[in-house]
Amino acid sequence: MTIVSPELQSRYGKPARIVAIVGAAIMVFAPMVPWVYTGKILDDMRRAFDPSGLQILFELVALVLLGVLVTSMFGVKLGKYKNVVAWNSTALAASLGGLGYIAAIVLAVAVVGSQKGLGGLAAAEPGLWIALAGSVIASAGSVFLRKSPRATLAKVPSPAWVQILALVAVVAMVLFMAAFAVNLTEVESFLVCCVFIVAAVFVFRATGVMGWLSIATANNRKVLMLAAFAAAFIFPATQDGSDANMTVVAQVLIFAGTALGLNIVVGLAGLLDMGYIAFLGAGAFTAAVLSRSAYATFSIDLPFPVVVLISGTVAALFGLLIGSPTLRVSGDYLAIVTLAFGEIFRITMVNLDGTDGPNITHGSNGIPAIPNLDFFGFDFGKSHEIFGITITRQANYYLLLLVVIAIVIAVFANLNHSRIGRGWVAIREDEMAAEAMGVNTFTLKLLAFAGGAFLAGMVGAVKAYKDTSVTPDQFVFLESCFLLSAVVLGGMGTVMGVLIGATILKLLPEKLRFFDDYRMLIFGALLVVMMRFRPEGIVADERRQMEFHDEDEELADEVEEELVTHHDLLNPEGGK
Amino acid sequence: MMLEVKNMVVSYGRIQAVKGIDFDVPAKSIVTLLGINGAGKSTTLRALSGLLPLTSGEIWFEGERIDALPAHKIVERGIAQSPEGRRLFKNMSVQDNLMLGAFSRSDADGIKKDLDRVYDMFEVLASRRNEPAGLFSGGEQQMLAIGRAMMSRPKLLMLDEPSMGLSPIMTQLIMKTIKELRSEGMTILLVEQNAQAALSLADKGYVLEVGNITLSDTGKALLKDDRVRRAYLGAD
Repeated sequence: MTIVSPELQSRYGKPARIVAIVGAAIMVFAPMVPWVYTGKILDDMRRAFDPSGLQILFELVALVLLGVLVTSMFGVKLGKYKNVVAWNSTALAASLGGLGYIAAIVLAVAVVGSQKGLGGLAAAEPGLWIALAGSVIASAGSVFLRKSPRATLAKVPSPAWVQILALVAVVAMVLFMAAFAVNLTEVESFLVCCVFIVAAVFVFRATGVMGWLSIATANNRKVLMLAAFAAAFIFPATQDGSDANMTVVAQVLIFAGTALGLNIVVGLAGLLDMGYIAFLGAGAFTAAVLSRSAYATFSIDLPFPVVVLISGTVAALFGLLIGSPTLRVSGDYLAIVTLAFGEIFRITMVNLDGTDGPNITHGSNGIPAIPNLDFFGFDFGKSHEIFGITITRQANYYLLLLVVIAIVIAVFANLNHSRIGRGWVAIREDEMAAEAMGVNTFTLKLLAFAGGAFLAGMVGAVKAYKDTSVTPDQFVFLESCFLLSAVVLGGMGTVMGVLIGATILKLLPEKLRFFDDYRMLIFGALLVVMMRFRPEGIVADERRQMEFHDEDEELADEVEEELVTHHDLLNPEGGK
Repeated sequence: MMLEVKNMVVSYGRIQAVKGIDFDVPAKSIVTLLGINGAGKSTTLRALSGLLPLTSGEIWFEGERIDALPAHKIVERGIAQSPEGRRLFKNMSVQDNLMLGAFSRSDADGIKKDLDRVYDMFEVLASRRNEPAGLFSGGEQQMLAIGRAMMSRPKLLMLDEPSMGLSPIMTQLIMKTIKELRSEGMTILLVEQNAQAALSLADKGYVLEVGNITLSDTGKALLKDDRVRRAYLGAD
């Protein structure tokens, strides 16, 4: 990103750095003095030398900025490599990010302050203005810094333990931020925190360490997975026995698990399914009908793992049933036909009420009062104390969902890198060519449908117990749309992307209840913006990135160079 | 005969693209189908691969009638094609493309061996095996397409216009490769517009015009035929 011309940058580069350092120093100092005179706006920002959470986040940005500005003056080298990190770009991103963050806080103080009758911006203390001024000065200086050459960190060989340590640190950071963000109860605080997260991602990208991190990830995939799951398992401990947030997070997991199943169908095989929620429904109804609820129609006392398998199987059979006629059409036609089948499922569930058909689901009332799970005396309905940590009812189901999602991810990852996964990707890219190569396209597409449905059915079984009731109106068309949006927004064909997409689409509406009426509008706009600027989704599948930017020469070069370095580092002796 | 086509008719809706042709391919030979755009060459190959249904007629491969088999079964029987326009999976790596060629096989050792054989044959592919196929030049992509078709270890290899869009030097190289494959015992059905290149290495040639075979002879004889020379070689 270049804002002022290169000539100006080279002429004023040196004084600009000093200006930026002064600005950064002011930013570092600002959180030490009060920002707002009352504790009723955002979190408690009224104390001196005792910064609140949101102030600490600003302090972090400021320290990174100052550190980068000062370090880069000494021309740091790692071995024979110069410019390991894109210092100047990082400084620019950090100062602009800090400015954006403080602007969001000023805006929040103005809006919330006047809403609560605290005088709007009159509630601000000098500290807020000092922080704003520091950010402006730092930004003004940073735009005059010369553009960094491409960071070379990815080429520096690093020992495995450094890579693992870095990955664990990243996971810990994500866990910390997630816990911090979820625990913010005020809407405005949560929004400000979201601004920080976006800014932090941009700063991180600007440093140019992403390339190195992706190599570290590729080398230590298992370690990263373990660390991520460990972090997810610790998460309930950050909630202090409160059920409210765990409810939201468990919902996010149900949504994410289903989206991962859809990712096989859409992301790998490239089949547009607009009625996918029906498979979650098939699983949920199966589990409900088999449960010990007084309203269950086939109540049998089966162990839960068996119920999960049966639910998955029923959903998969349903997938075969829908798939065998519909998979003869493709593209838009497939989307319309699956949409119709999704609705047919819901209406069928309404009609299986004893008057229009056999009584299986109690029609639109559904099956309520599903009793909690009981694993060898471990009652999922009660809170438990483990190592002094309270695991609430929702946390129990959250942990169970984590196990199910681990299974879903394991299935997905293995399929993705198998012969079958290759066949799916080939069908997605060029169905006729795949057929000519001997890929049995119809069977494979059917397998994608059934496999995706099986995973959704498993998640549905847990959903039935967690929600304690299953009704047809939980499985409306809109939910299918949201699932598809999560996959597209996050990045088709990737695990991490879909998890992020699902979190954004489910967590935001839960935390930001006030914009419930506008969420369709906002998500619609978000998708349009994404399709314009980053059609491959937040996390790009390497096999897909080229598909969307085949005319972008610069990206092609970048991908090529990345692949070559990547390859050389992964196979030091072979290849070239 | 390895492949025998009897009175084959292939239609797109009401339009007949191939209007009842007969030809055969003896084992361990190069047979070429010549024709201009729209003559029905690619339609013929697609029908042979099972990608298009026959309206009428029969296809026999090694004594078995195959015209009702689905495409993946035909690949299993030993017929592979490198389709017109190469149709590589551009976002997948070279290695993944080759592995897809071997989709119908399950003998891991044999696949490994054939992979090495393709890499030996086309060294440029070996050195860049993890790069997406779309980043390669036209000639290199053609090599990959041929290599991919070879990965199913076919008895009959069908190549649809391998010289399309290539420089004369690249065309020569590809033709040399085809000759080498034949000397290793492969049977090749070569569809071409480049009559000079195709006929000079073909044992037998057929000329296809608007869905009918109008001429057939040995490659050498066709090269000297006046009608071929006028239509394809620019002589008058």
